[in-house]
Amino acid sequence: MTTTADDPNAGLNARRSFLARSRDFALELWRVLTRPSSVFALGTLVLAGFVAGVIFWGGFNTALELTNTEKFCTGCHEMKDNVYAELKSTVHFTNRSGVRATCPDCHVPHNWTDKIARKMQASKEVWGKIFGTIDTREKFQDHRLELAAHEWARFKANDSLECRNCHSADSMDVTKQSPRASVAHQRFLFTKEKTCIDCHKGIAHQLPDMRGVPGWQ
Amino acid sequence: MMKRSAIILLAFAIAAGTSSLTAQTVTSGLRGPTPLNDEGPAPPMLPNRNTSEKEVRNYPEQPPVIPHTIDGYQVDLNGNKCLSCHARARTAESQAPMVSITHFMDRDGQFLASVSPRRFFCTECHVPQSTATPPVSNDFIDIDTLLSRATPGGRR
Repeated sequence: MTTTADDPNAGLNARRSFLARSRDFALELWRVLTRPSSVFALGTLVLAGFVAGVIFWGGFNTALELTNTEKFCTGCHEMKDNVYAELKSTVHFTNRSGVRATCPDCHVPHNWTDKIARKMQASKEVWGKIFGTIDTREKFQDHRLELAAHEWARFKANDSLECRNCHSADSMDVTKQSPRASVAHQRFLFTKEKTCIDCHKGIAHQLPDMRGVPGWQ
Repeated sequence: MMKRSAIILLAFAIAAGTSSLTAQTVTSGLRGPTPLNDEGPAPPMLPNRNTSEKEVRNYPEQPPVIPHTIDGYQVDLNGNKCLSCHARARTAESQAPMVSITHFMDRDGQFLASVSPRRFFCTECHVPQSTATPPVSNDFIDIDTLLSRATPGGRR
């Protein structure tokens, strides 16, 4: 007799039947979803939906916040051995008042929409991690200008928002600053002629090759 | 009797001598009262001078000192933070003194278009100044003072 193994179309049939079964399952699911419930009260459904929503939303935000910690960022050796190691000797890591900036303070926008947009862009970084784009110091150095240019462009576009989350121009007392800083801030910052990143590149990490970058020799 | 009292006297003298030696701490102006075989507490670090006011040079060839802090300024193959203000093209905006023309000279005395590589690393010659009081005073006398002493009727 003809068995499925002998039939040259057996594979095709099996696939067709799988497709058909999937379609039937989807249709059945759609019917269940669109049919009014005959078992649960409307109140139960609304309440269950509400609770499920709270759990989903809370879980989503908790998971998102977990990826917004220095511990998470420095979990990869690319960050720990390069940018984090460089941050340690700067004023944003140790200083007289003990207030310090962690990775997300500068690199993740604080308001929700921008944060989600940045997190979506960060999927490129997951790609880079998987394929080892910067998994050695040499590869990191090779990519440093490109990576830095992305951050400079982001800071320039949002008027150094992440700097200003802590360093407000309105709260800046120029009489407490050194003469040099006082003059420069009054001439360029208060007049909005320049934004923080224009002068303060390399404040937290080492600089890439700066040839051709405006303001650098 | 005479001999015995002499021995006692000698013993007292030796005892007094050794005790005075052990009790005495060698006080040096630089290391303070710490005994020679101990390491004393480190003096506190003092901030750098940050007035941004030009300081007088002690002799014409002296590289001017840096009258401001330069903490975290990167000066290496990748970039030179000092030149962000002191380069020729940047001085209008920064109002900082331009690096002198001698920095554009190569070792044959030829002027290059920009700062010569051998004069690129600023802190080889130019240094910021600490606010600490020097533990040893300096009696350097500059040439103008010496010349005024040498002139007839000058203050000696």
